Amino acid sequence: MSENIRFHFDVDGENFTSAGEASVAVKKKLRQLGYPPDVIRKVSIAMYEGEINMVIHADGGTADVEVRDDEIVIVLADHGPGIPNVELAMQEGYSTARDNIRALGFGAGMGLPNMKKYTDDMVIDTEVGVGTTITMKVNL
Amino acid sequence: MKIGKIQELLGAQLLCGEEHLESEVYAACVSDMMSDVLAFVKDQGVLLTGLLNSQVIRTANMMDMVCIVIVRNKVPTEEMVSLAEDSGLVLMRSPLRAYEAAGALYLAGLGREVGDE
Ligand SMILES: Nc1ncnc2c1ncn2[C@@H]1O[C@H](COP(=O)(O)OP(=O)(O)OP(=O)(O)O)[C@@H](O)[C@H]1O
Ligand SMILES: [Mg+2]
Repeated sequence: MSENIRFHFDVDGENFTSAGEASVAVKKKLRQLGYPPDVIRKVSIAMYEGEINMVIHADGGTADVEVRDDEIVIVLADHGPGIPNVELAMQEGYSTARDNIRALGFGAGMGLPNMKKYTDDMVIDTEVGVGTTITMKVNL
Repeated sequence: MKIGKIQELLGAQLLCGEEHLESEVYAACVSDMMSDVLAFVKDQGVLLTGLLNSQVIRTANMMDMVCIVIVRNKVPTEEMVSLAEDSGLVLMRSPLRAYEAAGALYLAGLGREVGDE
């Protein structure tokens, strides 16, 4: 068995302009590696939504992607405020984002449901005051 | 519809992606909310928007869109242009408002050709 391919990124929470760089880099890599477009699209959208969330809700964090034989695993971890009510946060249209975030084109409350929609498995591990780790898998 | 035709219909100035003007697109969408683009776009290849930040380019890239039209003659940042170049996207700016630009493309048949939304 060959070594799995892994990518690691630090996601800067201070800088909205650079948010999404990790997702762009992963998309580029997966394209170079020749993965099917629909797989790449699922990974890209889910990871990008999660990356943006880390920047606008949690002051940044880390993103890790592992390409296994049968799945791609994306782990997004932050030390932000945590999500008090995950069930509520998963609802379409629920957002705590303020107008300044909306003015940037985000904060419709669609990100988490979209991440769920585009992945085959998604687990949210969160604790208020400690942080949030979201693990998503896309089957190959 | 060819991207070059879109440029012509919208009287748009091309900012990058000249090599893709012969590429075909089949539908477009209008939005200033990237959240909605990420959640609702399916196969629309063209994004018309009045929003100016680098996430516009990254969102279009993630959605496999091929052409971004900035409306109302707004001027995108240099970073947007270089990001679009790196992502192989066409970026143009049109003097039309979003409503007019969408109307012009719709009347010319974009998004109506193959019975998609
Ligand atoms: N990493 C995170 N840390 C803390 N809270 C989060 C995190 N991710 C999401 N949330 C909370 O969950 C809510 C819903 O997230 P979701 O991504 O669905 O919507 P949004 O980010 O507010 O808007 P959109 O994704 O449409 O731009 C957020 O408004 C925020 O309160
Ligand atoms: Mg979000």
